[in-house]
Amino acid sequence: MMGRTIFIDPGRCIGCQACVSACRECDSHRGKSMIHLDYTEPGMSVASLPSVCMHCEDPVAPCAEVCPADAILVTADGVVQQADTTRCIGCSNCVNACPFGIPKIDLQAKLQMKCNLCYDRTAYGLAPMCATVCPTGALFYGTLEELQAERPGVQVADSFVFGDVVVQTGVAMVVPADKVQWPVPGGLPVVEINGRDVR
Amino acid sequence: MTATDPAKAASRPVRVSIDPSIAPPGTRNFRDAGGIPADQWHADQNGETLVPTHCCFCGVQCGMYLRVDKGGKVFGVEPRNHDINRMRLCPKGINAYQQVNHPDRLTAPLMRRSRDEEFKECSWDEALDFTVSEIRRIQEAHGNDAFGLLGGASLFSEKTYLVGKFARVALKTKHVDYNGRLCMVSAAGANKLAFGIDRAGNPFSDILLTDCLLIAGSNVGECFPVMTQYLWGARDRGASLIVIDPRETAIARTADIHVALKPGTDSAFFNAVLNVVIAEGLTDEAYIAANTTGWEEVKKTVAEYPPSRSAEICGVPASQIVQVARVFAGADKAMAWHARGIEHHSQGVENCLSVINLCVATGHIGKPGAGYGTITGQGNGQGGREHGQKSDLLPGGRSITNPEHRKQICQIWGIEESELPGAGTSMMEMVWQMQRGEIRGLIGICNNPFVSLPNYAVVKDGYDTAEFHAQFDFFLSETAANAHVVFPVTTWAEDEGVMANAEARVVKHNKAQEPPAGVRTDTWVICELARRLGAGKHFDFPGSREVFEELRVASAGTVNDYYGITYDRLDETGGIVWPCPSTEHPGTPRLFEDGRTYHPDGKIHMQVVEWHPPMDAYTEEYPLSLTTGRTVAHFLSGNQTRRLGALVEQTPRPWVEVHPSHGFRNGEPVRVVTRRGSEVFPALVTEAIRPDTVFIPYHWPVPTAANALTIDALDPRSKIPEYKVCAARIEAAERVDEVPAPPTPPGREAYPEAQVSRTDPLPPTSPQGRGTAERS
Repeated sequence: MMGRTIFIDPGRCIGCQACVSACRECDSHRGKSMIHLDYTEPGMSVASLPSVCMHCEDPVAPCAEVCPADAILVTADGVVQQADTTRCIGCSNCVNACPFGIPKIDLQAKLQMKCNLCYDRTAYGLAPMCATVCPTGALFYGTLEELQAERPGVQVADSFVFGDVVVQTGVAMVVPADKVQWPVPGGLPVVEINGRDVR
Repeated sequence: MTATDPAKAASRPVRVSIDPSIAPPGTRNFRDAGGIPADQWHADQNGETLVPTHCCFCGVQCGMYLRVDKGGKVFGVEPRNHDINRMRLCPKGINAYQQVNHPDRLTAPLMRRSRDEEFKECSWDEALDFTVSEIRRIQEAHGNDAFGLLGGASLFSEKTYLVGKFARVALKTKHVDYNGRLCMVSAAGANKLAFGIDRAGNPFSDILLTDCLLIAGSNVGECFPVMTQYLWGARDRGASLIVIDPRETAIARTADIHVALKPGTDSAFFNAVLNVVIAEGLTDEAYIAANTTGWEEVKKTVAEYPPSRSAEICGVPASQIVQVARVFAGADKAMAWHARGIEHHSQGVENCLSVINLCVATGHIGKPGAGYGTITGQGNGQGGREHGQKSDLLPGGRSITNPEHRKQICQIWGIEESELPGAGTSMMEMVWQMQRGEIRGLIGICNNPFVSLPNYAVVKDGYDTAEFHAQFDFFLSETAANAHVVFPVTTWAEDEGVMANAEARVVKHNKAQEPPAGVRTDTWVICELARRLGAGKHFDFPGSREVFEELRVASAGTVNDYYGITYDRLDETGGIVWPCPSTEHPGTPRLFEDGRTYHPDGKIHMQVVEWHPPMDAYTEEYPLSLTTGRTVAHFLSGNQTRRLGALVEQTPRPWVEVHPSHGFRNGEPVRVVTRRGSEVFPALVTEAIRPDTVFIPYHWPVPTAANALTIDALDPRSKIPEYKVCAARIEAAERVDEVPAPPTPPGREAYPEAQVSRTDPLPPTSPQGRGTAERS
């Protein structure tokens, strides 16, 4: 994935929910959307932002750490997968552990479901459905260099502070330029595709 | 693991091996930039085919692929890297494919001899013969003009051409109009007056080059979401953004200047901006002297609009007017785009002219990154009025009152000039004529006036008074449910044809699946009706392709020249912008680059604009402005979207947006009263709207219809209704009015997905459903 990841820019979001609809079309969980659209100041402002899985890196995916069934697996390129249906017991530990409120339990199926960065697409070098369709670029998929080439001077952060715990994520958030910039890991870089060096 | 360490990365490289032969469905043609010729659409190893086409909804006309399964059925959507949208889609576009095989589809003609009876399914012959006999009966008794035809701007251009030709050649009636009359005829009229050509002057891509972008009366983030990428792209380059809108919309939230003016005061505002531009010497006198007429008169008029006066009229600070003037006129390259917000007025044409005057006076016309544009509402809002569907126009934008133009068209159609009817009336006027019994029969093609026309009581009365009414549609719309005959026709995915988007770029929609059994194309039905009316020799069209060939010839040599556009070229290029006079011509994305307009003298005719108050007077009893508009999840009258589960879930019902100063709590029932009626909506309490204004989205039928409250006042020139401002008051109520279930054919239950949270009293969390202003 060449360190490719999602960048969320709430400043560009228009709250249209194209990402929510597109997520339903993703073939790995067709008909169910894994994205939530949140309003930051209801009634005061139209500000909104999409919440996708942040694919935490440090501590390694809190949801996976607390899973008693080892159902949530992290790929070599840093994508935190949704629960393996053959293992998940629907206990909701991951729901409680996630600091971003991402995983959801399908109560009927007793299975956890969450964003898996459209692994069926990203594994082939395509962008996830949500970032593909986002009309505004509030969800951007690519490398930090690609983002900065498209939007000169953009600053991003990938560290979130919850009380005295700092969570570093694979997905990064665009922040105002006067904020401290954190490096963006976004998983291990892909250095080779079909024998071709892509560094 | 923390930040990527290049050294560490090199020691643990990730090697990916991709075997293209096992690519997952939908990824194969991912990087195609334009269209793919039909002979190269191959199924992948899962038997899935991607058919390149465009969205059926708004005037952006995003490219998309429809996913077609082994059985030839459309079952999904895949983003398409088309020039217009570059993979982007909005929620409507993503869910559009669900219309195609929806359980509510009409699959057999419905018929009843009077409105007291129930609909019965019948054969095509029965429905066509009954329609033809009613046409004959009414026309023999009351004259040809007693039968009318109303088309739509969601039809392909070929079909709009047929609608106009059918009315004038087969029905021989002057009464033909279309629902684009409710959409952007004000802009069309203004463009014609000023430039002699009716289209946006610049392509979307010019937005990326501009230094200052002025968006007037357009909620781009919700009504044309995919256009937002251009707005943000301009801002990435440092362009300033000015938004004129009574509500703080998603694009206004981060705009450099947001002018929240009172609805119905746009021309006073723009006149004052021009007043400041002149006072501060920011006009481009050289450009004006070389390219325009009428400047002196315009100058005299705007002298009467100093910022202090307009600030009072518009309810905005005078300093903001000065600011807008300095930013817009001071920019190297500036663009103005507008939409229904300034056009849906009894002075819609004037509003558009005042924006044009501002652009012209500052020399921001006809350059890369500088110009003027109208955002069309419907997919074919632009193409829908170019080929003879409008009451006063013939194909190629020709005037029906111009003897020379009439002669040309009669020659192409092979009829006598004396047989060609004259100019008819507009959509709303036709409804009034139905009320008065002047029009006694009507065929409606893909429109839904019961939701989309203002002053519902009048509309219902007009349609009920008509002796015969037939409707074409693929779902049973509220209007179709009131008809005598309903013809089940195809969706956009079951036929091919072209549409012209907001940039006047002609794009081709392709056929992705065969229509369900019992469903016919609009083209077939119109030609069949014509044949039974005895005009068959003029309507020998097997399909869209043959109609388009005639349309090309009919538009050759006119301003709206399609002659150089062919289906094959559209397949290869992914879209051509008219005028395109020859098959070698690349199209004309940007107008007026040589300074010449399409008037005989080649000049821009600047027009004097005077502001007058809206038609519906404010009184103590009705102190507020009621304005209406759209939400992102639904489209116009909602007939195409109110049955798609995902969109219903996103925005299940309308609401009334009110400012916290009125003292309502979020979700409380609020009765909105105007001189036409009253309805109860849940309150959406938000600071994002002016205290003297309330807003209701209009996609739903009565008793939750904004258009039961709006006024049927028309612009005297464009005949567009004044949707965007009427006088209202609000009061507390007991309980909210509930959205009725969408009409269904006899013997069928409403599709459960369309019932999602129908009675939910709380406002939805859609972009305009933004919770509450109460601090808990």
